[in-house]
Amino acid sequence: MTDIPNSFNLDGEPIPFEPGQTILQAALNSGHFIPHLCAHPEFKPHGSCKLCIVVVNDRTGASCTMKALPGLEVQSDTPDLNHRRRTLLQMLFVEGNHFCPGCEKSGNCQLQALAYDLEMFNDHFTHFFQPREVDASHPDFFLDRNRCIMCELCVRASRDLDGKTVFGLAGRGRDLHLVVNSASGKLGDSAFAKTDRAARVCPVGAILPKEVGFAKPIGERKYDETPISQLAFTCDWEG
Amino acid sequence: MTETSETTDSILAPIIAHYGGDPGNLLQILRDAQEALDWLSPETQGAVARRLDIPVTRVAAVVRFYTHLYDTPRGKYRVLFSHNITDRMAGSPALMAHMLKRLKLKRGVVSDDGLVSVGKTSCTGMCDQGPALLVNNRAITRLTPRRIDEICDLIRARAPLANWPAHYFRVEDNIERADMLLGSAYAPGEALRAAIACGPTGMMAEMRKSNLRGRGGAGFTTAVKWEACRDAKGDERYIVCNADEGEPGTFKDRVLMQSFSERVFEGMAIAGYVTGARKGFVYLRGEYSYLRAPLEAKLSEMRRNRLLGMSICGVPGFDFDIVIHMGAGAYVCGEETALIESLEGKPGLPRIRPPFPVICGYNNQPTVVNNVETLCKVTEVAIHGGLAYAGTGTRQSAGTKIISVSGDVERPGLYEYPFGVRVSQVLDDAGAYDAVAVQISGAAGQCLTPQEFGRRIAFEDVPTSGSFMVFGNTRDLFEAALNYSHFFEHESCGFCTPCRVGTALVARIMEKIHSGHGARYEFNELTRLHQLISTSSHCGLGATATNALQDIMTKFPTVFDRRLIKRDFEPGFDLDAALARAREVSNRDDANAHLAEGVDA
Repeated sequence: MTDIPNSFNLDGEPIPFEPGQTILQAALNSGHFIPHLCAHPEFKPHGSCKLCIVVVNDRTGASCTMKALPGLEVQSDTPDLNHRRRTLLQMLFVEGNHFCPGCEKSGNCQLQALAYDLEMFNDHFTHFFQPREVDASHPDFFLDRNRCIMCELCVRASRDLDGKTVFGLAGRGRDLHLVVNSASGKLGDSAFAKTDRAARVCPVGAILPKEVGFAKPIGERKYDETPISQLAFTCDWEG
Repeated sequence: MTETSETTDSILAPIIAHYGGDPGNLLQILRDAQEALDWLSPETQGAVARRLDIPVTRVAAVVRFYTHLYDTPRGKYRVLFSHNITDRMAGSPALMAHMLKRLKLKRGVVSDDGLVSVGKTSCTGMCDQGPALLVNNRAITRLTPRRIDEICDLIRARAPLANWPAHYFRVEDNIERADMLLGSAYAPGEALRAAIACGPTGMMAEMRKSNLRGRGGAGFTTAVKWEACRDAKGDERYIVCNADEGEPGTFKDRVLMQSFSERVFEGMAIAGYVTGARKGFVYLRGEYSYLRAPLEAKLSEMRRNRLLGMSICGVPGFDFDIVIHMGAGAYVCGEETALIESLEGKPGLPRIRPPFPVICGYNNQPTVVNNVETLCKVTEVAIHGGLAYAGTGTRQSAGTKIISVSGDVERPGLYEYPFGVRVSQVLDDAGAYDAVAVQISGAAGQCLTPQEFGRRIAFEDVPTSGSFMVFGNTRDLFEAALNYSHFFEHESCGFCTPCRVGTALVARIMEKIHSGHGARYEFNELTRLHQLISTSSHCGLGATATNALQDIMTKFPTVFDRRLIKRDFEPGFDLDAALARAREVSNRDDANAHLAEGVDA
């Protein structure tokens, strides 16, 4: 137990927190990185990607949904947890169809950046090669479901910030996929606009602007320059 | 916007009106709409969304989540064989093959005339009288080749289900051993009047003394749940009866709902009396749709006898009523927060906990979710008192427990014992003479070896939701493990990464071993995946999805050993098989252009 009120230990270091904050929020605010994909400072915790798992008093949980409490002993940067995170990343890579070398998001992609940061050197598992639909019906944006990781950030952004509810997830288990709120199911027929918050929230390359390609060469982009573990505190997550 | 045809609209209008135009009833509305229209076309989904003024994505999310809602045509007659391991052991695969042959169908593909489709579904809860199937949500048990022939004839003749022989649909109770609950006489209103005599505080005290624990498997103390709900802040409180009995091999709740429903409903009313809740829900799994009409009739009868409704038993202010809510094929809805989401008309995705339902449940109000059997036990506590109740069973597990026994036994059915009974006694009583393994608590539970048959059924030793699937000495437990892996791949809700992807990976690896290409490498992969999925998943489904598999791997090593190849590794990719499509397209199949099986690509 630590004597300082409103503080817990993360890998042995004291982390101060405001009452009501989650472990992840408090850790990021004090400059300690915990890998995460579906968590975003602008939105309510979701807890689905599980990249931010930590062990608290011998129990595993998602640090984005666990409230910070005084005196907690939280483990995050351990070989075991990083191994588990690597496996989760590998799962996301084999579930979708991710072709980093030819992807416009390369270098700005959080999935890719975390894979580098956690030293994921291969996909390990057999790829699912699931057919995923690409939707190019919108004049300004592509929707490429091949790269979607089901984090629901676009769903939340469109519903909670844009007030449009353009996106939703439908299906169960492996069938889970992004659906668009329009009679045709196409993005072009929806209320989606390039000025939407949802247009710039995707951590991977599932929602990409048209007519912009490789303006900055791969190799000189955000996460090419600085690892994600040092960039996560700026809240500037846009690609 | 697509124009809705007048027929669709005229069908939807009264259904939506019946449910008060409330999007919270979306799942019920879609179930009824499908009953009338056979499937839920994009047009129907759009019309429902417009009438309820909700995004069509929300309708699509519900349709795609529940297995028994269809967004593609599945025929006038939709036949689903129960895919549980006990049904399979009783001959279900051969019967399905027979039916497919008779109807000239492929599994899951609708006949050309749009008449019929035949597929498979997760355990239908008829394990003691299987093999079983569902036709348009109605259960048919005790299938034989002859009965399959008759069903095929009825389908071809387009006979309405109402005209099919009534004995097809008969579901037996099969109570083989009765004790406190199944064996005692019961007068309607007896428990309610006893609870009223104690008063709400007195009845809560009896509940505490009884040490009654939840019968759904987790074993949480019921009185603690009730007290937390009673003391939580809220405008309304709710009592939910979890009758989403989806655990493979479990069917006790089906019997309780069929023949002891009055006790279930009285248990709910008592919970309402003690906690201050005025409304209750029964969440009945879609597979038990046949129970709905008799349950509605029972509710009406109880209202007439003033055992439900306003001023129950003449006590002013004691108001409580019950609504039946149907599921539509989703095992995860047995998890209490997923169940609440489903009650609210959404996909059954487990919520983040805390807050727990007793604080923030249905419509964000304090909600008690109790298992069917637990609620029956409440009536025993009311009638006999908490101390008397605590007198049976063991120290930590008071009262009796109903066990659903199926598989390789002479007398499958329900067996009620005081807690503490040894596994071996249950097996002896049921006539399991050659058991080599018992799967306890369904696919999410543990698999016991004969060396463990001396263990006791109790929360302090072998806890169970009540399923006993018995495997005789001719059975291959690998088949069971493979069956469980397919079950969890199918039932994972998909919300969290480890469970969504992990259960699918486990199933692929199990298939690879099954096809004779698995080495020690695959065996070790299963262990690694188990460690990740069981510790990192969002809810209990993922946490338990690989339990039985791990038990079989560690306790029955020969089951896997004899299937594993001796090489270090063999690729899962079969190059020769992958060329099949090319051969088909090019219309060439040279004998010399085939690769030997297992060749390294």
